[in-house]
Amino acid sequence: MDLQTTIYIFVGLSFALYIGIAIWARAGSTSEFYAAGGSVHPITNGMATAADWMSAASFISMAGLISNMGYGGALFLMGWTGGYVLLAMLLAPYLRKFGKFTVPQFIGDRFYSKTASTIAVVCLLIASLTYIIGQMTGVGVAFSRFLGVTAETGIYVGMAIVFAYAVFGGMKGITYTQVAQYIVLILAFTVPAIFISLALTGNVLPQLGLGGDYRGTDMTLLAKLDSVVTDLGFGKYTTSLPGSRLNMFMYTLSLMIGTAGLPHVIMRFFTVPSVKDARLSAGWALVFIAILYTTAPAVGAMAKLNLHATVNTAVKAGGDLFAPEASIQAATQPDWMNRWEKTGLLKWEDKNGDGRIQYYNDKTKDKAVLDKAAAAGWKGNELSVNPDIIVLANPEIALLPNWVIGLVAAGGLAAALSTAAGLLMAISSAVSHDLVKGIFKPDISEQGELRAGKISMAVAVVVAGYLGLNPPGFAAGTVALAFGIAASSLFPAIMMGIFSKKMNKEGAIAGMIAGLAFTLFYVFAHKGIFFIKGTEYLGVIGGANSFFGITPEAIGAVGAMVNFVVAFLVDKVTAEPPAHIQAMVEAVRIPRGSKAVSGSH
Amino acid sequence: MKEDKSSQAYWKATLSLLFKILIVWFLVSFGAGILFADMLNNIKLGGYPLGFWFAQQGSIYVFIVLIFYYAKKMGDIDRRFNVHEE
Repeated sequence: MDLQTTIYIFVGLSFALYIGIAIWARAGSTSEFYAAGGSVHPITNGMATAADWMSAASFISMAGLISNMGYGGALFLMGWTGGYVLLAMLLAPYLRKFGKFTVPQFIGDRFYSKTASTIAVVCLLIASLTYIIGQMTGVGVAFSRFLGVTAETGIYVGMAIVFAYAVFGGMKGITYTQVAQYIVLILAFTVPAIFISLALTGNVLPQLGLGGDYRGTDMTLLAKLDSVVTDLGFGKYTTSLPGSRLNMFMYTLSLMIGTAGLPHVIMRFFTVPSVKDARLSAGWALVFIAILYTTAPAVGAMAKLNLHATVNTAVKAGGDLFAPEASIQAATQPDWMNRWEKTGLLKWEDKNGDGRIQYYNDKTKDKAVLDKAAAAGWKGNELSVNPDIIVLANPEIALLPNWVIGLVAAGGLAAALSTAAGLLMAISSAVSHDLVKGIFKPDISEQGELRAGKISMAVAVVVAGYLGLNPPGFAAGTVALAFGIAASSLFPAIMMGIFSKKMNKEGAIAGMIAGLAFTLFYVFAHKGIFFIKGTEYLGVIGGANSFFGITPEAIGAVGAMVNFVVAFLVDKVTAEPPAHIQAMVEAVRIPRGSKAVSGSH
Repeated sequence: MKEDKSSQAYWKATLSLLFKILIVWFLVSFGAGILFADMLNNIKLGGYPLGFWFAQQGSIYVFIVLIFYYAKKMGDIDRRFNVHEE
């Protein structure tokens, strides 16, 4: 059976499975919609949360970026897992005790102010929309390869399917569908990794394989990779930093507190049956997320080694990487390169006209590498590989059987669709419930609320798709911006609402506005106003990364600090919150019903 | 002397648990994984340089342990102060 047919079968089967489960689960009882976790075991719930959480950024883009960045890629790994510790301890149990359904509701009640909840809605919309742009980029990559079209066409197809999926599917709340999606995506991610780890190191577990010996040599895999990439002028794999150590620190911190502040993640913990379960399900979710996150570094490193070995035969055979016959001839390049060239995400340009592919870092500062390249008649790097394709192309690069490639296509689509649908739900509930019903038109009918929700979803898809055509970065980088925005606006407000009894509405409002404005100002300076190309204003802030070399993806951590500081300063000079609010905070802090702690024993 | 069971004491016990966990959380990720990674890279764990291992593997395993440890300890504190859910 040819490859394209196999892919269609796998994708078709996986979709049939989700639809089948959705129909089966719906037949049970509709009252379970809101209490999705009510009758579900915490482990099952953890799996569903993991599927909801792991998006195109995690599945499609992250391992590719790690492959590109080396050691520095760890900021995604630590950032997107470490946030669960904060979520489990600082927010989830207390928000569960508070017992409302959305984040703006909590902020509005705790800070006794409609203004505060409106600002929370605005923060939520900006963060979620940015997040969806990243998803659309990933969806575009998946569909372009799957249908053999350009990335742009892929995004149009993706927009249509995501919209249909979110509006008609109503997947949210149907936990078992997400469990199925989790199983599909985790198999799709780990199966090829196991094959590749076996081939390169003889280790079944990729987590061990990454620390194993490179087969056929007495070098470790990482040492071999280090030596190949430094010989070709790239940064040393196991130590290369993203900009600076400070930037890596801030980037990681930004992703961690962003994880704890993203509304569509927090929402999952509003619906678990008890405070105890809110604590535990964050743990189980992290277990299932970690299976992918500890495999990803192996996927990234091994894909990089395989890619170099594909275009340069001296990587495997040993010998001179710069020997003329070591670079492969374009005419004999493997089929997967032809297939990806069609999408425009892999490009080869024969700069020195020798018909061979030279892949190295022509911008290196290492003079020895440049001299060797010049001596070999190399006239610049000829191969560009978009990191977003690494995971999807990985099984093809490693020449794995067709069914594995089909499985990965199905997994990538599962990851992108489930998260995009979840985000659209968060956007529609924020607009229809918190904004329209809560503030502008409290007497709106249920049908009207539903219609407002669907319109906002449609607008969100179109805007995200349009901006996804010219994304502000690779899928995972764009998603990181969304985390920075959530980190600088929502996380501090929620946290102060729980941990500071005296924080008042003036402080919280000023803090959210300051944090968000600071972050957006810095991000838009680099990426354009609302990510529209050509509206960047780097001159105003004194050049790229002018704030201590911190990149826009990492600025959210600084924004959060601005938020905290402004909030406390304003809080100091304004009136205390009313007594009943302070009593409410007391009540939120203890798990048991409304029973007071004092006096009991 | 009878143990203080007030809400203030409960909150103090909670905060001290959170603080302890956050220290470990910080040490494995920002400490071992970022700030001291270069130093730790001189030590090898199998084929992994240790700092690299903490950044790309170890910190994630520790995070999982931390959450389950927190859930268990928090349950103990709830029962000690008699504020657990029925």
